[in-house]
Amino acid sequence: MLQLDNIRFRQGAFELSADLTVAKGRRTAIIGPSGAGKSTLLDLISGFQTPQVGRILVDGQDVTQSAPGDRPVAILFQDNNLFPHLTIGQNLTLAMRPKSGRAQSGDEERIDAALDQVGLAGFQKRRPEALSGGQRSRAALARVLLQDRPILLLDEPFSALGPALRQEMADLICSLTAPTGTTAIMVTHDVGDARRFAEDIILVDDGTVYPPKTAEDLLKNPPKALRDYIGT
Amino acid sequence: MASRLISVIAVLAVTGLIFGPVVALLAFGGGLSWPVAADWQALRFTLLQATLSAAFSVALAIPTARALARRQFIGRGILITLLGAPFILPVIVAVLGLLAVFGQSGLLNSALAPFGLSLNIYGLHGVVIAHVFFNLPLATRMILQGWLAIPAERFRLASSLGLSSGQIFRSLEWPLLRAVAPSAFVVIFVICLSSFAVALTLGGGPKATTLELSIYQTLRFDFDVAHAVMLALLQLSLALAAGAMSLRFAAKQRFGAAMDRIIPRWDARSWPLVLQDFACIGLVAAFLLLPLAMVVVKGAPTLLDLGNVWPAVWHSLTVALASTALCLIWALPLANRVGEWVALCGIALSPLVLGMGLFLILRPYVSPLSVALPVTAVVNALMALPFAVRILRPEAEVIQSDYHRLSTALGLNGFVWLRRVFLPRLRRPIGFAAGLTAALSMGDLGVIALFADPDRVTLPLYIYRLMGAYRMEQAAGAALLLLMLSLALFWVFDRGGRANAAT
Repeated sequence: MLQLDNIRFRQGAFELSADLTVAKGRRTAIIGPSGAGKSTLLDLISGFQTPQVGRILVDGQDVTQSAPGDRPVAILFQDNNLFPHLTIGQNLTLAMRPKSGRAQSGDEERIDAALDQVGLAGFQKRRPEALSGGQRSRAALARVLLQDRPILLLDEPFSALGPALRQEMADLICSLTAPTGTTAIMVTHDVGDARRFAEDIILVDDGTVYPPKTAEDLLKNPPKALRDYIGT
Repeated sequence: MASRLISVIAVLAVTGLIFGPVVALLAFGGGLSWPVAADWQALRFTLLQATLSAAFSVALAIPTARALARRQFIGRGILITLLGAPFILPVIVAVLGLLAVFGQSGLLNSALAPFGLSLNIYGLHGVVIAHVFFNLPLATRMILQGWLAIPAERFRLASSLGLSSGQIFRSLEWPLLRAVAPSAFVVIFVICLSSFAVALTLGGGPKATTLELSIYQTLRFDFDVAHAVMLALLQLSLALAAGAMSLRFAAKQRFGAAMDRIIPRWDARSWPLVLQDFACIGLVAAFLLLPLAMVVVKGAPTLLDLGNVWPAVWHSLTVALASTALCLIWALPLANRVGEWVALCGIALSPLVLGMGLFLILRPYVSPLSVALPVTAVVNALMALPFAVRILRPEAEVIQSDYHRLSTALGLNGFVWLRRVFLPRLRRPIGFAAGLTAALSMGDLGVIALFADPDRVTLPLYIYRLMGAYRMEQAAGAALLLLMLSLALFWVFDRGGRANAAT
């Protein structure tokens, strides 16, 4: 469970406020026009920004002041999810052992299993440059699987992929997060992505974050801000 | 936090080493003497030779850069690479090469002798020729970069409008030159202001002495510390004034910018223009390559018979490696905007001014002569620092902007980030910077001359002393050895950065 408890964040002239709860295991999309504050919201949850007011709680534990790496949160960025000079295996080891950089016994088996799950069995020795765009996304997904955090944040992770791959990745994320009860939260500006992926939708508009509503309800009866954004 | 601490330490160390000597100079209590007529003469000569050197370099670079920009020929790439070589070429090697071409019994005088003509290279024109040799390539590269930055579309447009070469010059090339040529002039002018080794070898005498050279002469031959301090302060104010002037221009230079593009020029196909371009390229190539070829030709016979050169070789190698290590240790934490400014401060100080300040600081505690080599290593590291920082900074910033978020999200600790991400990704520029620093330090003939006693001689100083003793054959052999060692150091480091480099 993720709680944003009466959050206020100000940066220059921009202000963002949020007060909401995301239930455990709910696949949630954050949508809204660019500049509305989607990325800021993600930065607050992942710890790259700290709110001036309010608290962020994960499963009841206050993480407002924790560094990004210490939060029970894994994140997939738009790009640069893997270090290009390291092999996939080395990348995954680093994600599991960020403090020592060295693999421990059993790590190799876990890496094999994770790569298997994303359909990249045997890719340990390859470098990211030798992978296609879709394979790179999968490798990054293996990375967040191994980080094994209760919350997974996705920052427009499919923006560089074609339509067929988007669907495939959305399905893969659903099938991987469901068994572990991981709460997956994805930022997107594409309503199609949100529809494919999300059970709930959080609408962000001009610095205001609306609490999550089920995707079905929201898309059936879009509020004015969403209608303006979609353009219907 | 740890990395922040390291940055702060690096900034303090570098600023301390730059400003400590300046403070020592300013606080010198021995009673300053006033400049005498010879000092004003040195100041005038410094300004005159720097002006002439910069003017000739830029004037000759303009047609050369234009020819390189619009002509395709075999060896063009090599020639452009060679234009970068004087940067790491030891001054003393170039001087020996120039003497072999322009000297009393050199190629040129042998060719002129039948006509009863002769050229004396020592004095103002020798100093200017050597400076042009070093800076014409720099000016050419700067102007060529500017030329290649003109979008090809503009030349297409000009061509489709049917503009003549003269019209193209007026509408496209003249505005470019007005922007680039002055900055090339200022950069070279500033470099030549603190000329020491060239003036030491080709100048000298009351009429051809730079301020840097007179600091050395006053301290070494007159043992007049107060007078030397005054000269150092004079040189310092000159460099600060010139540095302030050049800051506007310095930031624009870049290393390793791509220059393999050729501008298609439909207007330049006429025979006179083709002839003009290739004559220009040929003359410049001969001017740059002949002296180097002469170093090889003259040096080869004595290369294996150099006598007791090895202590000097050993000193030079250790100094070069020590200053490379020191320079990188400073440059890595300083590879950011603030660090680049800190490093640039060092450029305002000439090696001899720094050396003079360090001499004052050390004198109460140790015999300055006994620390000649460590002092040289430190000063050489400081001198190379601005270049190292400029090489490292762009890539370091790309690494930060591309991978800092990922590393933070993963929670990598500082050491793992440094060892697994930052250093491996920075390997190429580190190798290049290390190569430049090592080669620069290997060939340096500056502060070592101020401090050295007969037991602590570096290879360039050893060669200088051979020249002074008129043992030119041995000097030529040692110069060839120095050239090979400098290039080898550069090659090994640069290569080490590239081999198996991950992209």
